[in-house]
Amino acid sequence: MLLVDWLYVGIFVIVGAIMAALPLGIVWVLSPRLALPQKRMTYESGVVPFGQAWAQFNVRYYLFGLIFVIFDVEVIYLYPWAIVFRQLGKFAFVEMLIFLVILMIGLAYAWRKGALEWA
Amino acid sequence: MEVNWPIEIARAVGLAVTVFTFLAVVAAMLGVLLERKIGGWIQSRLGPKHVGRQGLLQTVADTIKLLQKEHITPQAADAVIFNSAPLIVAVAGLLDWIVIPFGVVHIGGTAIPLVVRDLNIGVLFFAAMASLTVVGILAGGFASNNKYSLLGGLRSASQMISYELPLATALIAVAMQAGTLSTVGIVKAQDGWFGSFAFSQFPAFVIFLIAATAEVNRVPFDLPEAESELVAGYFSEYTGMRFALFQLGEYAEMFAMAALATTLFLGGWKGPVLPGLVWFLIKMYAVVFFLMWTRWTFPRLRLDQLLNLSWKVLLPAGLIWILLTGFAITFLAK
Repeated sequence: MLLVDWLYVGIFVIVGAIMAALPLGIVWVLSPRLALPQKRMTYESGVVPFGQAWAQFNVRYYLFGLIFVIFDVEVIYLYPWAIVFRQLGKFAFVEMLIFLVILMIGLAYAWRKGALEWA
Repeated sequence: MEVNWPIEIARAVGLAVTVFTFLAVVAAMLGVLLERKIGGWIQSRLGPKHVGRQGLLQTVADTIKLLQKEHITPQAADAVIFNSAPLIVAVAGLLDWIVIPFGVVHIGGTAIPLVVRDLNIGVLFFAAMASLTVVGILAGGFASNNKYSLLGGLRSASQMISYELPLATALIAVAMQAGTLSTVGIVKAQDGWFGSFAFSQFPAFVIFLIAATAEVNRVPFDLPEAESELVAGYFSEYTGMRFALFQLGEYAEMFAMAALATTLFLGGWKGPVLPGLVWFLIKMYAVVFFLMWTRWTFPRLRLDQLLNLSWKVLLPAGLIWILLTGFAITFLAK
């Protein structure tokens, strides 16, 4: 990407944030404000919240994140290959075939070992 | 190459304001209204009818109502992250639109594509910006300091990252056939009705539509927001306009996925008689209608069914399709 492209991305972020914050500003002007303690309690279907809110959660979320990272790196390698492989002939295709087969074996291993079960 | 910075800055600001307004009006307001009307017709009832002519002003009324609601920040929430999460989601929905080509204008012999920036890594940029939504959702879920929000945010994040991979494989398959990652280039590589990639890359089209539905957290993949299960998942604690900003981001993302589907698979702005912009909008709304149609037709998938679909069905299918496309292009092409 050229530097001027990054300028567009940056300005879109800034303008987007400002324009998204505009309605929030309008709310700040228009809305009633009455900070009662009952209103600011954490919601738990009408009862007083029980226990710690930042509860323990299952490690399987982490496993999915980990497997995602591995395959995301694989996909990143696929992007440039997808554009240039025509010019590189049969050799490039066979090489990528081997790469993908190795990674699919990895996916099959994760599948057999139960890393993809539930969540 | 000489870059005229002040003009580029002015152009960028103008386009950002235009695109955001387009999103706020078309995606958020008209999109929500379309959703309710189409949902109504599919369920043999009429959608909103009273406000304005045929209910057209319904979302305007809703927006005005939401603008007067109080912003309640829960006492135990992490205020900074809690308040910035809706902004992250809204901005992420906006950034996708930088690479979408709306059409082409012929000025004095040259064809100028109507796109904010024709990046040469267009499709990769789109996938990257679509991933930013995950950050906003995780931030909202975690900062709310609420068990439901935390679980909803985690479920949503794991669902969205699991579906990014099949989405990327579909994009790569199209890029392989078109030979470029630029969205304008991909549209130009499709000629005529039967040259569009919906036919030659049909499995990639199917994978893309399923993954796009899951990326936007829509039914049948909307477990993170399941009203009957997790209250409202990661946005349980958000009131008023902050909730509306989450919805704006989600609908903008859905329209962006639909726009990308028309660009990659349906031939973008190409069409016989009407100007390119009109064809683009027709095709984009056709895909949006399809997404809404599936929303009101299918039941919700459980989280493990959803993740199984992504990792065990779509990802292997996507990778095998990439290999088949590569084989066809390398060995079978002239």
